[in-house]
Amino acid sequence: MGIAWITIAPAIIYILVMGAIHNINDAGTKDINKPIPWVIIITIFTPIALGLMIFGYYALTGEYDKPPERSDEL
Amino acid sequence: MAYKPEKGIGKIIFSSSLGTLIEWYDFYIFGMLAKTISIQFFPEGNSSAALLSTLAIFAAGFLVRPFGALFFGRLGDLVGRKYTFLLTLILMGASTFLIGLVPGYKTIGLAAPLLVLLLRLIQGLALGGEYGGAATYIAEHAPAEKRGYYTSWIQTTATLGLFVALGIILLVKANMSEVAFNAEWGGWRYPFWVSILLVGLSIYIRLKMKESPMYAALKAEGATSINPIKESFGHKANFKMVLLALFGAVMGQGVIWYTGQFYAQSFLENTCKVDFIQSRSILLWAIAFATPFFLFFGWLSDKIGRKWIMLAGMLLGVIFYRPIFSIFLKDTDAKEWKKQDLVIIKSDTIHLVLSDSITTKYKNYDGAKFIEIKKDTVTNIQNMNNVIIKTYKYDVKPRYINKEFGRKRYIKFIFLVWIMIIFVTMAYSPIAAFLVEMFPTKIRYTSMSLPYHIGNGVFGGLVPFIATLLATTFTKDPLVGLWYPIGVAFLCFIIGAFYLTNKINNDVND
Repeated sequence: MGIAWITIAPAIIYILVMGAIHNINDAGTKDINKPIPWVIIITIFTPIALGLMIFGYYALTGEYDKPPERSDEL
Repeated sequence: MAYKPEKGIGKIIFSSSLGTLIEWYDFYIFGMLAKTISIQFFPEGNSSAALLSTLAIFAAGFLVRPFGALFFGRLGDLVGRKYTFLLTLILMGASTFLIGLVPGYKTIGLAAPLLVLLLRLIQGLALGGEYGGAATYIAEHAPAEKRGYYTSWIQTTATLGLFVALGIILLVKANMSEVAFNAEWGGWRYPFWVSILLVGLSIYIRLKMKESPMYAALKAEGATSINPIKESFGHKANFKMVLLALFGAVMGQGVIWYTGQFYAQSFLENTCKVDFIQSRSILLWAIAFATPFFLFFGWLSDKIGRKWIMLAGMLLGVIFYRPIFSIFLKDTDAKEWKKQDLVIIKSDTIHLVLSDSITTKYKNYDGAKFIEIKKDTVTNIQNMNNVIIKTYKYDVKPRYINKEFGRKRYIKFIFLVWIMIIFVTMAYSPIAAFLVEMFPTKIRYTSMSLPYHIGNGVFGGLVPFIATLLATTFTKDPLVGLWYPIGVAFLCFIIGAFYLTNKINNDVND
């Protein structure tokens, strides 16, 4: 499953960047036509997608096989 | 560090929840009055104002909330829960009240949108710090076997904040004309001013509260964290739990929350063209009937564990969103309504230079009403002598607006929205206890606040934007926007099902 999460992350960023390229349009009136929302969303989603990749890596290496039960395990 | 839950937990829950409810109220009134606010502060045709408007909408929700979670979470782990969430309440209340005092664009020009943007960003920052503190505070007072139930009170606050915001706006609107409400110093400002009274009361109550006993004990031992951000996100063992909380629980909960409450109402109003008051009152009734279920599922999570209740809420959303929204579309199809016996209440024709606009208000046998707007455009046709004669071209696509349901369909819609809010109560109710149990006391505020606000603010808050994006890209399916919450909830369900544990951590005193 870990590979799936690692793969999904760059796909999300690709979809967002393509969405921005296709929809940013000076003549448009909707929020999706303005560059600012896209800049904010891609800025915030890039670290989230990286987090998903790291999550996938942890899952792949068995980090979640036995979750910690007390704080001294953290 | 043995701690016995003190008496007076009811008072603790009340004082924490009231403040959080008010913070949600403050945050929502801005969004609900967005149309009026944009007229007053962000007029069309001014590119700078438009830019500031976009920033106010997007930056406050998506960027600033997670930063607020980091900033105040860190503070809460360094100096304590009580003073931190007192500070967030003061910041939120003051900024909301001040938004209500900013003169309009007509009076002070570009300073108006700039001030409103600044205050909106402070609102986002404060909200980012509030929830983690309040949830942690209650959980650290609650006995282990009732942690889910007691923290579920804090989970009612976001929905009740929405309820109070809707209620106050509708109350003000019902008592004045549209013009008086939308004037520069009109009724739309009242909900902002009301906030200062609510916040004042809540600050007074919160000042009397004591520090969380677990945190106080930790501080007395000198065992608090020196660098909560580093310990939360810099240490792999804790960071992996932050990631699991986000991807296995909170992101799915965020989209379920926003779809069931915000998107449902917005879909009814903007896509189905249901009357302004009725689309909101449907949500109000549905919230009123669904809110007790937050407490029920919180209680149940103490008995059977948190995991499967949260995941069941997500899965039900994945399965039922499209059927429910299909019913919304089908039942508001005015072409079907027109096939019934109708009575014309009023018909007006406005003669324009090149067209006639015909507005007809209909009513059917069960009390449903709607307005049909047709435009007959004048076209020029020449006769054999090349003389132009005017003819009217029939508008094949009339618009139907202000749809009001009869009693039976109104109740049906309340029921359908109620079902979606039940999904919200399942996904959302156990999450405070679940997050609290995931992280140790010394970095709890920081560790749980960030995933919560990314899941709720970013994933949830993006539902309208991504739905519009999908609807614009794939125009054939009017429900295409639902694939975003369905996809995120499904992904979260799979991750949660595989990696989350259903075991209740009884000892959070660590």
